[in-house]
Amino acid sequence: MVCYLMSKISAITLNTFKEAVRDRILYAILAFAIAMIGSTFILATIGVGSGPKIIRDIGLGFISIFGTLIAVFIGIGLVHKEIDRRTIYTIVSKPIHRFQFILGKYLGLILTLFVNVTIMTWALMGLIFIGEGFWDFRLLAASGMILLELMVVTGIAVLFSAFSTPALSAIFTLSFFAIGRLLDDLRLFGEHYAGPVGRAVIRTFYYLLPNLGRFNVSAEVVHGVPLGEVVSGMTILYGSLYVVALLALTSLIFQNRDFR
Amino acid sequence: MVVLKTEGLTKEYRTGFWRTRVRVLHDLNLAVHQGEVFGYLGPNGAGKTTTLKLLMGLIYPTAGRASILGRDVQDVAVKAQVGFLPENPYFYDYLTGREFLHFYGQLFGIPYRDRRQRIEELLQAVGLSKAAELQLRKYSKGMLQRIGLAQALINDPQVIVLDEPTSGLDPVGRKEVRDLILDLKRRGKSIFFSTHIVPDVEMICDRVGIIVAGRLVRVGTLEELLGSEVEGIEITASGFDEAVGSQIAQWSVRPPVQHGDTVFFAVRTEKEASQVMEFLLGRGASVHAVHPKRRTLEDLFLQEVAKT
Repeated sequence: MVCYLMSKISAITLNTFKEAVRDRILYAILAFAIAMIGSTFILATIGVGSGPKIIRDIGLGFISIFGTLIAVFIGIGLVHKEIDRRTIYTIVSKPIHRFQFILGKYLGLILTLFVNVTIMTWALMGLIFIGEGFWDFRLLAASGMILLELMVVTGIAVLFSAFSTPALSAIFTLSFFAIGRLLDDLRLFGEHYAGPVGRAVIRTFYYLLPNLGRFNVSAEVVHGVPLGEVVSGMTILYGSLYVVALLALTSLIFQNRDFR
Repeated sequence: MVVLKTEGLTKEYRTGFWRTRVRVLHDLNLAVHQGEVFGYLGPNGAGKTTTLKLLMGLIYPTAGRASILGRDVQDVAVKAQVGFLPENPYFYDYLTGREFLHFYGQLFGIPYRDRRQRIEELLQAVGLSKAAELQLRKYSKGMLQRIGLAQALINDPQVIVLDEPTSGLDPVGRKEVRDLILDLKRRGKSIFFSTHIVPDVEMICDRVGIIVAGRLVRVGTLEELLGSEVEGIEITASGFDEAVGSQIAQWSVRPPVQHGDTVFFAVRTEKEASQVMEFLLGRGASVHAVHPKRRTLEDLFLQEVAKT
């Protein structure tokens, strides 16, 4: 039974992946990202003594930025495009549950992101290999956490895509991304400067919104903190549960909507 | 045996700023029987597509229920026995024809070996074997309609629901689709299709339902709807003088139509037709054609539309 359900999800996953990889825009973004990662080599020559750290820090930053761009700009159209172009009619009329469709689309984009993040990470590692003569596999841990963050961001984009237009979805998702990155600072600000009501509001937001800062371990990786301390099981669990919650909510909305 | 049934099916949408309720389908009661071709005829905006979307579980009814093969249409399992082609379909244009059919075959859980064989048969049946490796973005409208039909048949369904399958096709394409529908009927399939093209319905349907402004106004076989009564006799004649011409104008139930020397007119009964022919032949005129005029589906359709 699980196999039967999964085979349909994997059909949608692979179709979504095919759609992404047959789109030239993705290649343009990827080429630009790799060019930007390559440019860190020039920046490293300026930073006296701290060149290797600059390459790693800015390189991982670019992987995160371009990964987020792909997640947001493909994610916001992921479901909406299917409804807008009416391809959804031929899917929902088949023996497939709506949640399977959502899951398949989501996993298709995650697969796309996985491939892109992997290519970008290896490009960065290759650059370091050229400059320093060894493969820095610690970067894989950092990019793994970036991927986990992207999974949450994609979940948010897909959620909005299920009931909103791409433009609004982009605004909402990027807002969530920005707030999610600044959530720890926001809480700190609330604890120090806000009144009791403001503190309560900020605390609610803190626990409700995704704390994306938790996935940002680039600084730790760059500064040689042991991997065991950088990649926490709790963070992985937090990210995974957040993704499950987002997909459950998306499926619930999608289950009840009419495709007019 | 009834394969598709709706009971009191009603759909309302909320529109505008105040979310006003607009009823687009009123209390639809319909039954399609095993092995028949049912034509769902209606003008644009009558509620045909809404009905089909309700049947396919794309939208939810406000009231009433719909079932296919005895199971509620929301039951995902029943969809394994159903094929559906939406109106003016847009497909994944980055896929080739073959990839496209494989994708839909996977959604039915058809094993790869069976799927491959079925796809070859379908590509052959819809005449797209040579275009199987082309991306759909390179397909013409007719080719897209045909590959759409192929995806609707990938699971060898018992019940086939087609939304405007001949719309936008040229006469050759329309005939091919009609032939395909008749072939499916010969193989015992039940076909429910919507259209606003009256001749398509007349040519291939066993039963017809006419929907106007969201209400099913007529349903039955063509014979039941149109009867076999003769409404009048149409006569085509030429070679007479002006005096005879004015006499014809008095007899005709509608103003005579003249093309060159030839005049087309109609009388009410066969008796009147015999008298007119005797009169014309007696004055040296030529009678080219005499044929009884029966009520057509188009007449009935236009009459029902005019009532609203």
